[in-house]
Amino acid sequence: MVFHYFGKYILLIQAVFRKPEKYIIYKNEIFREMVSIGLGSLGIISIISIFIGAVTTVQTAFQLTSDLIPKSIIGGITRDSTILELSPTICSLVLAGKVGSSIASQIGTMRVTEQIDALEIMGINAPGYLILPKILGGVIMIPMLVIVAIALSITGGYLAGTASGAISSAEFIQGLTTDFIPFTLFVAMVKALIFAFIITTVSAYQGYYTDGGAIEVGNSSTKAVVISCIAILISDYVIAQLLL
Amino acid sequence: MIEVKDIFKKFGDNEVLKGITANFKPGVTSLIIGSSGSGKTTLMKNMVGLHEPNSGKVIYDERDFTSLDTKERIEIRKEIGMLFQGSALFDSMTVERNIRFPLDMFTDQGKGEKLDRVNDVLERVNLAGKNKLFPSELSGGMMKRVGIARAIAMRPKYLFCDEPNSGLDPKSSIMIDELVSEITKEYDITTVIVTHDMNSVMGIGEHILFLHQGEKWWEGSKDEITSTDNKELNEFVFATKLMETLLKKK
Repeated sequence: MVFHYFGKYILLIQAVFRKPEKYIIYKNEIFREMVSIGLGSLGIISIISIFIGAVTTVQTAFQLTSDLIPKSIIGGITRDSTILELSPTICSLVLAGKVGSSIASQIGTMRVTEQIDALEIMGINAPGYLILPKILGGVIMIPMLVIVAIALSITGGYLAGTASGAISSAEFIQGLTTDFIPFTLFVAMVKALIFAFIITTVSAYQGYYTDGGAIEVGNSSTKAVVISCIAILISDYVIAQLLL
Repeated sequence: MIEVKDIFKKFGDNEVLKGITANFKPGVTSLIIGSSGSGKTTLMKNMVGLHEPNSGKVIYDERDFTSLDTKERIEIRKEIGMLFQGSALFDSMTVERNIRFPLDMFTDQGKGEKLDRVNDVLERVNLAGKNKLFPSELSGGMMKRVGIARAIAMRPKYLFCDEPNSGLDPKSSIMIDELVSEITKEYDITTVIVTHDMNSVMGIGEHILFLHQGEKWWEGSKDEITSTDNKELNEFVFATKLMETLLKKK
């Protein structure tokens, strides 16, 4: 049964990447999706990131009770955990809920109201027209959101650390700049790209194969979020194993 | 002309279409009628390729649609217009963009030329000046008329209508029926309508196909339908008191 659904998913993705009927129409749709996914999610991602960074700093400081460990290490831990795990993964899980459910319900509604049938009857490649701009919008904007999230998390950590007196400004910056491995940023971007692809394609798949009415659209939306989250966590582990 | 040859369609163990054969001619309004579950919508979906028949052929002017690949089918689909039961207008687009959409996708016409075509078809369906409205701002009858305008924007050779007057008041239903019938004659289109509305049958039914339990049970015109001795068809036709009363008066 799992193979059946996976096969359908692969066939849908194959149809998505068929040659577009008219590039200019697709280009406009891609920009629209970039605005919707990128700018539309900036607020929630900013709030979450600042608090993730703040909590990471405060909790790390709480756990470092030994006088033998320099306090600057807090800055380093905040930086690495933010870049490698917290920003890409938590942001993607949040985006699976926000963007994923929106994609699934949007496409699902189009399916149950016969709008997808109308596209097919016109001779338009419906998966390409509906899903490709969302995939490209996602894989362009989600990594950018993750970069913003990393910057804001570190800022949040700095503010919380210095405001609470857990670490001085100089110590935090020293920790932040010591032993930085640029490769961790590459890993974060790989994760963001793969998670973006998972969120957009899994949600689009759930929406595209919705069958029924309003209740089924809701179910598709829920399934899109749940499956995307699980797939993100599994691929997070696989990427970590392969790249680190 | 559209030829349907020995179409069979099964969903699991449920055989919905059992060897339907029929011809639909250009310039003629053909109606597929039958009670709910008789297979009429399934037949239409098989004809336009939204479902694949288990066996049989659908031929559009000597082109066997069922044996074509996706690319070749797209060429035929550009010649098809379809009006859906719920109109299927794109919610995020205005009336103008809905109608212009197939023109944007498949023609190299300039903006002005496309706008002229949009205005022409909107005028044809008596909705001139409604360009900037969104589907949510339209009544059911207006949505159907925009659906027709979108379907004829590309000057189709074949027009399919799935329950075009469901959910409409009698006056709007008659308006939609007459509009479809006039367009069929005007542009010499092969029109196929799925309906169970006897008003439509008696109003525009030049060629009628009655389906019963997935089989073609009767074929004829609106003039022949009231005088047939086909039991199942009579049960369908005279299911409403109105039809019975009108015929008694006649």
